[in-house]
Amino acid sequence: MRIQNHPILGEAPQPDTYIYFDGKQIPAVTGEPVAAALLAAGVHTFRHTAKTGQPRGIFCGIGRCNDCKMIVDGVPNTRTCVTPVREGMEVRTQYGLGEEETAHD
Amino acid sequence: MTEKKPLIAVVGAGPAGLSAAIEASRAGARVLLIDENQKPGGQLFKQIHKFFGSEAHKAGTRGVEIGRQLLAETQASGAEVKLGWPVYGVYPDGRVVYGSSQGAKSILADRVVLAAGATENCLAFEGSTLPGVMTAGAAQTFINEHRVLPGQRVVMVGSGNVGLIICYQLMQAGAQIAALVEAGPAIGGYAVHAAKLRRAGVPVYLSHTVHRALGQDRVEQVELAALDERFQKVEGSLKTVEADTLCMAVGLTPMVELAALAGCALTESPVLGGTVPVHNPDMRTTNPRYYVAGDIAGVEEASTAIEEGRLAGIAAAESLGLGTADAPAKKAAVRESLAALRAGTFGAKRFTAKEAILAQFGKEAAI
Repeated sequence: MRIQNHPILGEAPQPDTYIYFDGKQIPAVTGEPVAAALLAAGVHTFRHTAKTGQPRGIFCGIGRCNDCKMIVDGVPNTRTCVTPVREGMEVRTQYGLGEEETAHD
Repeated sequence: MTEKKPLIAVVGAGPAGLSAAIEASRAGARVLLIDENQKPGGQLFKQIHKFFGSEAHKAGTRGVEIGRQLLAETQASGAEVKLGWPVYGVYPDGRVVYGSSQGAKSILADRVVLAAGATENCLAFEGSTLPGVMTAGAAQTFINEHRVLPGQRVVMVGSGNVGLIICYQLMQAGAQIAALVEAGPAIGGYAVHAAKLRRAGVPVYLSHTVHRALGQDRVEQVELAALDERFQKVEGSLKTVEADTLCMAVGLTPMVELAALAGCALTESPVLGGTVPVHNPDMRTTNPRYYVAGDIAGVEEASTAIEEGRLAGIAAAESLGLGTADAPAKKAAVRESLAALRAGTFGAKRFTAKEAILAQFGKEAAI
């Protein structure tokens, strides 16, 4: 959810573009991290682990922990919390190490 | 002509690194400031609260504003700033190695100031990997920098200043604090921050910890357990709190990897976050080419990081014969300012811990 009417920071920048999450178009702000656009759209699971398929999402938010990795424009293991939004980016949930043939479900 | 100037490399563009770069440039050094992030400022831009201390320490100014001032001063100082380049190696001789998708580069610096900062600690418990469990700093980054709320009902674990301030900021952003959980028998941070939360009716659980987080694909409930005086879970004390987010504010650890690579002696300082590089009153490590500043030299606050960065920048330049006329007076003023920041009930512990590190430097030098 985007924060409206913040008592100190005022109005938040409004979406001016869009990206695709698993093929679905979601609004985004140019230059914000991909992860911010996803959280704003209510997406919390970014990837599933290789061995047990457990869900993972945002953990450190500053590019350190690698939990938020997804496939961005075809590149697996992209840290979405430090990857800026560009119009029309293709962002996909990552399974395991992001190799297409190992995707399940 | 410019190529002949001694080079000071500064690693990390947070409050300490920016301040070091500004002072070293002003003293006449060629400065290369390198940071892995796309934007400078480190974690300053998510500090939307007003800082404490005297006016000289920018008290009453919000962290974001201090960040903007430092960036402007850095730009005016003429320091070269390289962003999006993680420094992944340093050598004892001053060689700094950094890389990006554009390849790897290295540069041999006459002095290096390491201002790598600290990393947030976390707890391991059942469900700690569920989406919705995050560090308090992550929540703060999203609400204050990216302006997105990661959840509606938050359990905060840890009642130091970081935990207290981020609780309050989450509330400002529209979230509800379902519980503030503290393992110790008392609130860890300043009473003034805690009072804000109490006035707002935030449920505070002292002598409690998180037992587990439950949920299908996301946190739905958090179970808390009471702790006895030996910090052991009390049987039959579990309480369930409805929440979609769990934040951990359980301390920070200095990121000393680069200092270790540079051959700097390390020591233990539990009060300042764990293993830290041994340094002298100039912030010089046991490797004379390397200086440290900010959280890497012991976790404190942005205000102390700024002063330590200035000290390191002045001293590193001075050691190269730059700004030597002004350096003693400048360093004395910064040290006085640091002592003031480490005064009082909360500061005294850090002051004593810092003194212990300085004492260690004498011992290392004697060997």
